Amino acid sequence: MTGPSVAEALVRVVDLKKSYALGDVTVHALRGVTLEVAAGTFLAVIGASGSGKSTFMNIIGLLDRPTGGQYYLEGEDVSGFDRDRRATLRNKKIGFVFQSFNLLPRTTALENVELPLLYAARPVPAAEARTRAQALLDAVGLGARAGHTPNQLSGGQMQRVAIARALVNEPEVLLADEPTGNLDTRTSVEVMEILQRLNRERGITVMLITHEHDIAEYAGRVVIFRDGRVVSDEAVPSRRDAAVERAALPPPEVE
Amino acid sequence: MPVINTLKIALKAIRRNKVRSGLTMLGVIIGVASVIAMIALGSGARASIDQQIQSQGTNVIYVSAGSFGRGPGAVRGGAGSITTLTLEDARAIANEVPTVALVSPMVRGRAQVVAGNQNWNTQMEGGNQDYIAIRNWRLQSGENFTARDVLLADKVCLLGSSVVNILFPDSDPVGQVIRVRNLPFRVLGVLAPKGQGQFGQDQDDLIVAPYTTLQKKLLGITHLNQVTVSARSADDVEPTAVEITRLMRQRHRTSGPEDDDFTVRTVEEMAATRVEMANTMTLLLMSVASVSLLVGGIGIMNIMLVSVTERTREIGLRMAVGARTRDILRQFLAEAVGLSVVGGAVGVLLGLGVSRGLTQGLGWPTMITASAIVIAFAFAAAVGVFFGYYPARKAANLDPIDALRYE
Repeated sequence: MTGPSVAEALVRVVDLKKSYALGDVTVHALRGVTLEVAAGTFLAVIGASGSGKSTFMNIIGLLDRPTGGQYYLEGEDVSGFDRDRRATLRNKKIGFVFQSFNLLPRTTALENVELPLLYAARPVPAAEARTRAQALLDAVGLGARAGHTPNQLSGGQMQRVAIARALVNEPEVLLADEPTGNLDTRTSVEVMEILQRLNRERGITVMLITHEHDIAEYAGRVVIFRDGRVVSDEAVPSRRDAAVERAALPPPEVE
Repeated sequence: MPVINTLKIALKAIRRNKVRSGLTMLGVIIGVASVIAMIALGSGARASIDQQIQSQGTNVIYVSAGSFGRGPGAVRGGAGSITTLTLEDARAIANEVPTVALVSPMVRGRAQVVAGNQNWNTQMEGGNQDYIAIRNWRLQSGENFTARDVLLADKVCLLGSSVVNILFPDSDPVGQVIRVRNLPFRVLGVLAPKGQGQFGQDQDDLIVAPYTTLQKKLLGITHLNQVTVSARSADDVEPTAVEITRLMRQRHRTSGPEDDDFTVRTVEEMAATRVEMANTMTLLLMSVASVSLLVGGIGIMNIMLVSVTERTREIGLRMAVGARTRDILRQFLAEAVGLSVVGGAVGVLLGLGVSRGLTQGLGWPTMITASAIVIAFAFAAAVGVFFGYYPARKAANLDPIDALRYE
């Protein structure tokens, strides 16, 4: 166990374990993971299905709790937090981007972005919520489509709305779970460009979970999971730059 | 989360699926509307009974011949078939019961009456000069017959307004002569209309004449059908009835309800029976109506359960962005209550409309009270809470990870 560092890492997990019963057998999803993520990091977590990366991200995202070990978020041990305390903390510190977007149907992009503000500990006035949501939609390049509902948006656009939603509460960590899994190459690059820009310009910590090595290369650091353990934790030698790649792509046929 | 946000989310969800929400509400709408209409009918019935008590005079005591117990001898006659009630009984009541105000002997029978080229079959009621005062009936025109008319068994009469409408559609009957079973009766006056009775009978379809005239000239009897009595005040009614019963038992040598050959009833007693009947009827109808409201509630539960399943991912997402257990619980509860409350409001309006329709279309008396509306509305809201709780609980207890992955 490491001693308290001078500058406490944003996310620090020590000997993190998770096991659960599946019928008669006990599944060990995590067998002791120790990891530190400093603020401002762009981290990619890769691994095959069953490697424990999803369980790890669920615990980091405070959707789940470990059966062993500690999880410090901004220096606070949150591993024992109950359901409602985790919900409150999620609202304040974690932003989620999912593979399947998870936007509310028949609800405008603007209202989707405002959603986390509804559950904020301190109520946000409606006018301010609107302004913040609109600013974020502008930032992801969808300012003009604030009034559109998900079925009027393309996949890439939906994922950008989801990113704006994840940012509306100004979280410490942006957790992106296979954000490009349902997108084609071009829109994947666009989404990665936004994540890279947010990380670079706003200093937002991004934790990206993926099974595609080439997507992981947009990150600055890659952690590889296998059988519930971290088997590799290295900086990316030649990091890809999504903005450059997008500029090199042929112009889109329809936008 | 502030309550206003919960309500906003719930309303948005209700609006998001208008047809389904509308159909779900329909159950509650029909339930509440029928509860309102049934309460209105019951209140209306009670109000019209109250009004009749007023119109009959609350001090009246009826001493009728016959009883529902075993009369003298082995034959059960039932009220009306017994000939043992006499003028002497009426005199004894008048002389020996100090709290009595007025006493009138009464006989009745049906007769065919003719005036000009019109004829009609109607009820004849015979009393003395005080009879219409005891019954609290008023004259619309003309005058009452006198004690002298009663003594001499004069062929004079008072007409109820329905009889006037039939026999004298366009002339003043006062002073004219009608023929009752071929005997000429002079019309002295016309009674003011009293309207429908509790069971819809026409209270104005009758002719009042001196009882002596009816006994001797029409019916050929010497006994009475009834002695109609008024007490000095409403407070005297009960003791007077008791005293009359005691006196009558002494005179007829009977010992109790088992072998009485008479029945003493007060208007209040009769009204109480009818109020009780109306209440029972209202309760019965209301139970049926409540069942439909209950079925409406089950409809809400059903739809909410479907909705929770359909929106599992939405619930997962809301949890992921920070909704706590109670936020989700309240949201779905608010949605269920929203459905039942909006349904309840529409139901109240529909119920008011149905009540008005019953009154205007079928002539049934209805009365809307504020408490009926409040009760029905509160019941609807309670149905929403009760049937909404289980689905809401189910939603709130979902695991966020499973919910997010739900296909």
